[in-house]
Amino acid sequence: MASLIGSYSLGFGLFFSVFIILFSVRNLRDTEILDKKIVSFTFIQFFFVVISFFGLIISFINSDFSNETVFNHSHTTKPLFYKISGTWGNHEGSLLLWLLVLTLFISIFLFKSNHQPKRYRIFTLLFQQIIIIGFFIFLIKNSSPFNYIFPTPNEGLGLNPILQDPALAIHPPVLYLGYVGSSIIFSSALAAMVTSYVTKEWAKHIKQWVLASWVFLTLGILLGSIWAYYELGWGGFWFWDPVENVSLMPWFALTTLLHCILVLEKKKILTSWAMILSIATFALSMSGTFLVRSGILNSVHTFANDPERGLFILIFLFTLIFLSIFIFIFFHSDKEKIENNFFWLSKETSILVNNWFMMYFLSVILIGTIYPIFLEVITANKISVGPPFYNKLILPFLIPFLLAMAIGPNLNWIKSELKDKFYMIIFLIISFLLSAFIIKQFNINFLINTILVSSAFFLFFSTLREFFAKRFKNLSQNIAHFGFSLLILSILFNNIFSNEVITNLKIGETFKTEKFTINFENIDQEDEKNFKAIKGKFKIQYLDGSSDILNPELRIYNQPNIITSEADIKTNLLTDKFMTMNYVQNQEYFNVRYQVKPFMIWIWISVILISFGGFLSFFKKRYEI
Amino acid sequence: MKSKLLPLILVLTFLIIFVIFFKSLKSSNIYTPNTTLEKKIPSFDLKSFENNSIIISEKIFKDNEYYFMNIWASWCIPCKEEHKFLMELKKGGKIKLIGLNYKDNFKNASNFLKDLGNPYNIIVSDNDGTGSIEWGAYGVPESFLVYQNKIIKRFIGPISNEDLLEIQKIIK
Repeated sequence: MASLIGSYSLGFGLFFSVFIILFSVRNLRDTEILDKKIVSFTFIQFFFVVISFFGLIISFINSDFSNETVFNHSHTTKPLFYKISGTWGNHEGSLLLWLLVLTLFISIFLFKSNHQPKRYRIFTLLFQQIIIIGFFIFLIKNSSPFNYIFPTPNEGLGLNPILQDPALAIHPPVLYLGYVGSSIIFSSALAAMVTSYVTKEWAKHIKQWVLASWVFLTLGILLGSIWAYYELGWGGFWFWDPVENVSLMPWFALTTLLHCILVLEKKKILTSWAMILSIATFALSMSGTFLVRSGILNSVHTFANDPERGLFILIFLFTLIFLSIFIFIFFHSDKEKIENNFFWLSKETSILVNNWFMMYFLSVILIGTIYPIFLEVITANKISVGPPFYNKLILPFLIPFLLAMAIGPNLNWIKSELKDKFYMIIFLIISFLLSAFIIKQFNINFLINTILVSSAFFLFFSTLREFFAKRFKNLSQNIAHFGFSLLILSILFNNIFSNEVITNLKIGETFKTEKFTINFENIDQEDEKNFKAIKGKFKIQYLDGSSDILNPELRIYNQPNIITSEADIKTNLLTDKFMTMNYVQNQEYFNVRYQVKPFMIWIWISVILISFGGFLSFFKKRYEI
Repeated sequence: MKSKLLPLILVLTFLIIFVIFFKSLKSSNIYTPNTTLEKKIPSFDLKSFENNSIIISEKIFKDNEYYFMNIWASWCIPCKEEHKFLMELKKGGKIKLIGLNYKDNFKNASNFLKDLGNPYNIIVSDNDGTGSIEWGAYGVPESFLVYQNKIIKRFIGPISNEDLLEIQKIIK
């Protein structure tokens, strides 16, 4: 029943798109006031999508297996929380979520843009409707979440156990808020070009959306990363997996756009940058969806391998790209030539420098992700691009980037002087000495690591100083930049000082290293609702007499029948102790992985700081300084 | 000049990207070793499970018969799940089941068969796992339906009731 209602609401929702477009086009011609009906229709459309979404959630809660999506992805023994999160843990449901957020955001947009020109609002609505209609058709035609199966099966196939995790349950919605937020930026940029409204006012207005999407995108990526760390059991937080990259690319574009918008808010420069980045952010989000959903890339995110779906997204994506190229070429005028001469030492220049670095990082990731696909099509060779590629291409450029990031925000708009900047040199020397001292303690490549760590320290000290120098006037930017320096520092330390032991142990056995001993004390079995847990008890004894008890877990899920291993992680401010165990050949032995990962928690904290900076800025009505 | 060239280049670039993506859609990305389907089965010579005599694959697989080669182990939990289907398959009598005991010890494996029944006509033991590698197996359990010295279908993971019905349909 709920499925049926959901299915019909989708149809009605699509139907209202026609009304919205008709009334909008008519409204373009007459009066200065936006027709109230358009707003109502948009709300009604949103309302129908909400009903449809609830229809699906209710089907999941009731375990209504006559619904194909529920049958494929749920099971009666699943806890209620994962029944609900299962709604978007699959292709069809997650697309419905996309649509829900799309219609929600355009409603909010109409509601919040009262003071903007009417033509601009209507054009934004029209462009957004193109995207919405595309998603409606895709849902109804290609991936309906409400397919009916008869006879009704007694039991569902179950949700993949590795997806049964709290971080992952909220990861898609948060990430989608970011992705879909970029669709508003996209439509609004196109509308601004068509109505020649690429001005400071536009920048001020769209900044809110850029910030909101950016915060959500950052948090969404963070959640995915946290999930990978806690659930996948290999002890890392970023793998340069194509699907991770696909979420990082829009992030780079959006971050760059954010900086451009901050400039555009004050001076009418960098408009082409802003326009292209607005388009690129959304195009990258969409191509992410395309790459993931078409099954071209294989990963945990690949829900279904269906070329027909891929084809639809592909055509849809390129229609939007060509539409935006067309609009950019014919409507965008580059009348900023006079103002375009930047003094070499100014905030504008430093933001341009930032842009180019960001574009470089973006293209490295883009090439690393897409080139294998190209090569396979053209030469039928399969290559895989992994962490070494990204590390080699990104790390060296991180050094000038960090230095520029430390200096840039301290410059003035328009023109800046070099005097009063001597503290910078002092910071640089301190950072270098400090990192040289730290790196020397470890037996690793001295030169590159020292330079990297010292540039990160340099940024750290500079941002720290800014907190006091600017007396918290520019808190949001400070927090975000400080968070970034902390992030880089934690990642570097985490990489450099990580320690790992892999061994096979029987119950009762002990493994000795120079610094600690691992004692496998016993195992326990527990029956949970939808899995059986085998818990190991390990005692780690350190040289200084302290000890830790770690309980890694193996979970044998009944539906579907999959074994997952749950890491046990002891976290404190300085290090994470991470342990997983796995079955091996013989039942008596377990494969045990023990890792010491320094500053792990600071990676999460710093990303939260970064997004908190954006969050603060969202509520700030004043200019950035 | 410049203003006309730029749009052209942009459009062309994206067209090329479109074509490439379009083409890559058609080629499936799931990597399957070439040896999987419609190829002659790989040969092996492995120890027999019961005694230490060497069994050569050419002697097992005859042309006009169906074989179901199943890679299993006593430590593998999904293997227990699929065991009932193997027993069911054996009942029909139209197919010979070959068990490839993967990295197992004799005692555990014989207990496993004692408890759950022995569906296999022949069992070979693959102590170091090389036999399974030759067959391009992904893991345990995995099964291959063999006819005329060719793999006609492979089953990755435990076989289900649907798989069983499908096999019974094929060997009819």
